[in-house]
Amino acid sequence: MSPRYAMSMDTRRCVGCNACVISCKTENAVPEGCFRDWIAEEVTGTFPDLQMQIRSERCNHCADAPCVGACPTGASHYGEGGTVLVTASKCTGCKACIASCPYDARSVHPQGHVDKCTFCLHRVKKGLQPACVEVCPTRSLTFGDLSDPTSPVARLLASRRFTVLQPGAGTRPQVFFLT
Amino acid sequence: MALTRRQFIQVGAATAGGAAVASGLPTRWWGLDGDPVPDPGTEGEKVVPTYCELCFWGCGMLAHVQGDRVTKVTGNPAHPLSRGMLCPRGAGATGLLDDPDRLQRPMIRRAKRGEDVFEEVSWDAALSEVAEKLQQVKARHGAEALALFTHGSGGTWFKALMKAWGSPNIGAPSYAQCRGPREAAFQLTFGAPLGSPEPIDIANARCITLIGSHLGENMHNTQVQELAEAIGRGADLVVVDPRFSVAASKARYWLPVKPGTDIALLLAWLHVIIGEERHDAAWVAAHATGFDELKAHVADKTPAWAAEITGVPAQQIADSARLIASARPASLIHPGRHVVWYGDDTQRERAMAILAAVLGSWGHRGGYLKQDRFPLAGYPHGGAPPPTRPKVDRPKGGKYPLAGEVLASGLCDATRPGQTLYELQAWLVYGCNLIQAMPGRPQLLESIQKLELLVAVDVLPSEICGFADVVLPECTFLERDDDAWNGPWRRPFIAARQAAVPPRHDTKPGWWIAKALADKLGVGDHLPWKDANDYLQARLAVKGQSWEELSRTGVLLGKEVPTCVEDGAEIELETSSGKAELYSKELEELDFEPLPVYHPQEEGPPGSFRLLSGRSPLHTFGRTVNNRLLAQPFPENAVWLNADAARALPGFERTPLVEGDKVVLINQDGVRSTPVKVKLTQRIRPDCVYMVHGWGQNAKRLRYAHGRGASDSQLTTRFKVDPIMGGTGMNVNFVRLERAAREQA
Repeated sequence: MSPRYAMSMDTRRCVGCNACVISCKTENAVPEGCFRDWIAEEVTGTFPDLQMQIRSERCNHCADAPCVGACPTGASHYGEGGTVLVTASKCTGCKACIASCPYDARSVHPQGHVDKCTFCLHRVKKGLQPACVEVCPTRSLTFGDLSDPTSPVARLLASRRFTVLQPGAGTRPQVFFLT
Repeated sequence: MALTRRQFIQVGAATAGGAAVASGLPTRWWGLDGDPVPDPGTEGEKVVPTYCELCFWGCGMLAHVQGDRVTKVTGNPAHPLSRGMLCPRGAGATGLLDDPDRLQRPMIRRAKRGEDVFEEVSWDAALSEVAEKLQQVKARHGAEALALFTHGSGGTWFKALMKAWGSPNIGAPSYAQCRGPREAAFQLTFGAPLGSPEPIDIANARCITLIGSHLGENMHNTQVQELAEAIGRGADLVVVDPRFSVAASKARYWLPVKPGTDIALLLAWLHVIIGEERHDAAWVAAHATGFDELKAHVADKTPAWAAEITGVPAQQIADSARLIASARPASLIHPGRHVVWYGDDTQRERAMAILAAVLGSWGHRGGYLKQDRFPLAGYPHGGAPPPTRPKVDRPKGGKYPLAGEVLASGLCDATRPGQTLYELQAWLVYGCNLIQAMPGRPQLLESIQKLELLVAVDVLPSEICGFADVVLPECTFLERDDDAWNGPWRRPFIAARQAAVPPRHDTKPGWWIAKALADKLGVGDHLPWKDANDYLQARLAVKGQSWEELSRTGVLLGKEVPTCVEDGAEIELETSSGKAELYSKELEELDFEPLPVYHPQEEGPPGSFRLLSGRSPLHTFGRTVNNRLLAQPFPENAVWLNADAARALPGFERTPLVEGDKVVLINQDGVRSTPVKVKLTQRIRPDCVYMVHGWGQNAKRLRYAHGRGASDSQLTTRFKVDPIMGGTGMNVNFVRLERAAREQA
């Protein structure tokens, strides 16, 4: 069975430290000012009755990815395990994908093509975890294969409550936020 | 028409709308592509184990090296503190190595101190200048007139230099400007200071109480790992903080106390726990003295009494006390780390230690553990004769009797005439920017201007370098060998610092600088090692420990020993009574309060806010603010202001502040900050403002950080000294806000 790559992000454990952001930047040599992942803090309530959710966010590798449909050249496509990828050599930098992504998960690389999270497939192929997962001091991030019900990510999603970002967008995100 | 790729992209961008319309077409007909996820090639051709110096926790890391570049660093899985994971600062270590503003060559000052006008010179010229001036100081004032301020692993070498030279005046701001009161309080209560890393078992605690500590923003890697582990297991958090910190957002109880009233809250907690007999009576009977006095002391400290003082409802105080007690002994009262707030900090930490004691958490899993150091021998050869005069970090008249380490603030004071037994005339400052570390900047600058010699050893052109007569550029930790890390831990271990790449520019490792200077001073015989590795190998050889293993894996693990009662360890207390001293006879004899008493703090002028400061997980004080990698997610600090308080702010009636506006903070003494963005938030009480420490750097050579954000320490012109141990309480300043002038905004 072909894999279905996904990630869960435990909002209870995450402290929003940005280690995922920095390690992604050095692992993937992401240029200054571009980010493939980032921290979101969502505060609700008024002093002193407050709540805050902290999330490490990235491309959701949607199963119905608007960016893939929007891409006029085929650069944005579904890759191994359902990941959403950009082939740099086919990308013209038209930014149609950026306009269509409800999550603002893409940026323009200084070399002109669009840049985004790859789930570190170059590491996954070697049996390693994505860089953000490996570095995370709070072990908030779990990456794996949903088609394998015994994988840690599948078990977490089977046992914990979770949300996805903007479910109304109909994109079927594959990054899940444990609450 | 031939288009360059760049022009083609621009055309593409301009016609994005059209492209989007065409997007329904099948797009995969271009056929098979090459690998869409090319390997970015950052794995490197070799991996060098070392330990991190972005903060002082000392996490084990692996430097991935390609040629003379470090492509990335990752956590060393074999290292007990990092366990394969890094905090963002560590992960951003290459941002320090590659910082374009690094010091490159030795420099000698050619204008007034602080004007930052220097001439680059050779190492020989720089070291000769230092040696000549030091000999003059020694001839006139004695060798002891030289002080060393040091923070960081390279301090080993300069401490050795000081010993060889004959001065005992070695201090670090990490005591009296940071964790000192905690060390004194735990020494008084349990007979030993806590040290670093703290012997606390966060992972196994069922309830964790943070008092002003914002763990999670304060990013000591192992502790944050364990905090997440505990949360994952369902542990409860109780967080006492005027600000809705990250930790507070995960807490069962967030108690936003009025700043400066923590002792009242702690006494009320003790009242509830002891009054309702929720304490660990067996532990107290076996291991503590002074319980009856404590019980009588807190008998009238009711939650209602504390509610009046702290602003926290009585019911919440009582309920949180019961939760804390319900988890004992695995109920951890976190001792905090940066705890110099109000000048009565030893007493507040005493109240925390007493609470930990009555919960019976000392010695138990989920509480305070036993730690040990790896049995690494000292350097086996030689040793200089001891200095003839005592150190002068304390003023005449026997103040601060329980200071357990040298007071850096005291050394600064000892430079001004008449305060101490003799005066300091020269400073050697290794890796600590005293300008931001010390409160009372006017007095500090006065001290600096009085010096005959100020030498700064640093990696970056920090503010203190601008005041130095001679600046000696050290290479970064990724470019040098150092002494082993040998802190205490549950399973004792040491870690190796190893150069991953050669030093860039004309920088040198600390061991080389100290040794070369010792040679110039004619005391090189006392630093007889060839280099850092030779030094460490000699230490290891004493007990036949393996350099090969240490070098290869980055760590050498000691024997596993029991760390808590559950593992078979015994509770041993090194107080004079052999028991935990809830009531402190030692304090009583010194005429201090033997049990903590709440004294109200002074209020600020009307319309002002108490100035509080803290940490960002991305930065270590001012040491990382110029790191281009770390600055991307956190480019500058902002001043946190309660959004409702902002609406009522005098002077802003016509054009209310909005998020991101720039303001100037003006403290009670009229000192004005640099312009800083305002963060309007519900996450803070309306009577205080908060900012991350380390920004507002004056050093022009820090081209990124210069002029960004504002400095809390510049506004800390007032401080209250803890009479017990000399800590400088810094949360006693008040600011008002003014909109920054247009040209500044």
